[in-house]
Amino acid sequence: MKRFSQLTYARQQRVVAAVFLAVPLALVAIFGYLPFFSMIEYSFLRWDGLSSKEFIGLANYVDALTRVENFRVFFVSLYYFGASFIQLGLALFFATVLSFKVKGHSFFKGVLFFPNLINGVAIGLVFLYFYKDTGTLNTFLKLLGIDSDVLWLTNPSLVNYSIAATSVWRYMGYNMVMFLGAIQSIPSDIYEAAEIDGANKWQIFWRIIFLSILPIIELMVILSITGSLSVFETPYIMTGGGNGSETFVIRTVNTAFSFNKFGLASAMAMILTAIVLTVTFVQKKIFKER
Amino acid sequence: MQTVFTFANAQSKRSVLSLTLVYLLLITASALTILPLLVIFIGSFKTGAEFNTTGAFDLPAVWIFDNYRTAFLRGKMALGFFNTFILIAGACAGSILTGTMASYALHRFEFRGRAFIKNIFLWIVLIPSTTAQVSRFQIVNALGLYNTRAVGIILAMGTDIMAIYIYLQFLESISRSLDESAILDGAGYFRVYWQIVMPLLKPATVTVLIIKAIGMYNDFYTPFLYMPKQSLQVISTALFKFKGPYGSHWEIICAGIMIAVLPTLVLFLALQKQIYSGLVQGAVKQ
Repeated sequence: MKRFSQLTYARQQRVVAAVFLAVPLALVAIFGYLPFFSMIEYSFLRWDGLSSKEFIGLANYVDALTRVENFRVFFVSLYYFGASFIQLGLALFFATVLSFKVKGHSFFKGVLFFPNLINGVAIGLVFLYFYKDTGTLNTFLKLLGIDSDVLWLTNPSLVNYSIAATSVWRYMGYNMVMFLGAIQSIPSDIYEAAEIDGANKWQIFWRIIFLSILPIIELMVILSITGSLSVFETPYIMTGGGNGSETFVIRTVNTAFSFNKFGLASAMAMILTAIVLTVTFVQKKIFKER
Repeated sequence: MQTVFTFANAQSKRSVLSLTLVYLLLITASALTILPLLVIFIGSFKTGAEFNTTGAFDLPAVWIFDNYRTAFLRGKMALGFFNTFILIAGACAGSILTGTMASYALHRFEFRGRAFIKNIFLWIVLIPSTTAQVSRFQIVNALGLYNTRAVGIILAMGTDIMAIYIYLQFLESISRSLDESAILDGAGYFRVYWQIVMPLLKPATVTVLIIKAIGMYNDFYTPFLYMPKQSLQVISTALFKFKGPYGSHWEIICAGIMIAVLPTLVLFLALQKQIYSGLVQGAVKQ
């Protein structure tokens, strides 16, 4: 047998590649793709996770898409989708403002961004107190002279606004930092030229800044579609999905792990995956055409 | 690059007015961001009775640290920090090793199926991660990984291939001539990987470390689902438990929150620049 170093370079490369890729490929196959393919299988079964599996065809999909309790949760996403526009608007505004030379630039940037780094459970608890009957928000409103004892998380017509607002608080700074990075990569001579031509700030914003970072804004809007369908952590920690705050992913997870309906849960997961894949495909298509 | 355009360039009354408005809005936004946390900070120093009788914005009569001791000891937060640290260390070491190896092979070598393998790593991000747990749970269970620390480490390595993206991107900017000339000088591929490529990838490794550590410190659902045993609790799950028994003791919960947030704050203040640039790089995959 020849020694390894006597093999041709091409052969050696193949061997080294096989060794180097074996572990990550095995991991992504076992914990990434295998669950996906078995999810396809489960979605056609009636199965509680323990006893024998029974093939029931498309019944789980029909169940997921026709029973009101199951697809009602899709509408909860609309609150988050709406909130994401407020979030992106605020992020764009503050990114623009901070791209000019303002005093305390890095302080403001740091403060607005920091919530993005905080532990999700900590955020959940902070806002449980924030919205409590005698909590931060109601106390603040009283200070302003508004006598408020609103139950922000118990009232089903308010709960989704409250949690979506929490999500804006948490993620706005992330979008802001992304926008800011894009704005700062615009060459400065463009501003100088615009100033010499007598452009005002409003024109500079729309004609230069907005147009330059439009692709990123579009990407963020598209990501917020899939993002708002996948909302899970914040409402799960804060209310467990109670009082009408149940999202699609919370319902999927509860269907599996609380009610042991793995077939139905898999069908729901497949539906979400299909939507995400479609949106991503459309987005890639649009971006390629440019 | 910072732009040279400044508000001061246009010296009119209107611009002074708009400048004031801008600062007013920045200060308001910052105040609204800090307020929910500030109230928790204040509350964490109050006695139980004081917490229930005083308003959210009232300062404590005496600043006491008892809540911190109670939260830290009863909430077993030392255990939480310990387990979190093990998971982060394990997953970071694993991701750095597999990430550098995989991306070196994918970027520098020619072999059949290379493009396909690259795509295997790219496509996986399209599957929504939380819902995939429905069937991932069965596999973890079948492999006997349920209620072990290993599952936290393995899932963070295997399903989050962000490290491979970052390394692949970084390799684009490293000239091939360095590692190729070493090969011609007689060094083997393993030696080139370990002694040349690894050290050159150091800046990317810093990015991977930061993103990974923050992500895992904050991860809640993986440990919650797969590691429910109390001795395996991490910071997230330790904190989540405060919701139950301390539901009426908000001063303790407040102290628990502060203990969990403090390491993040320290890290952020120390590594601001790297965190910003790391997140921007990590986001490019989308």
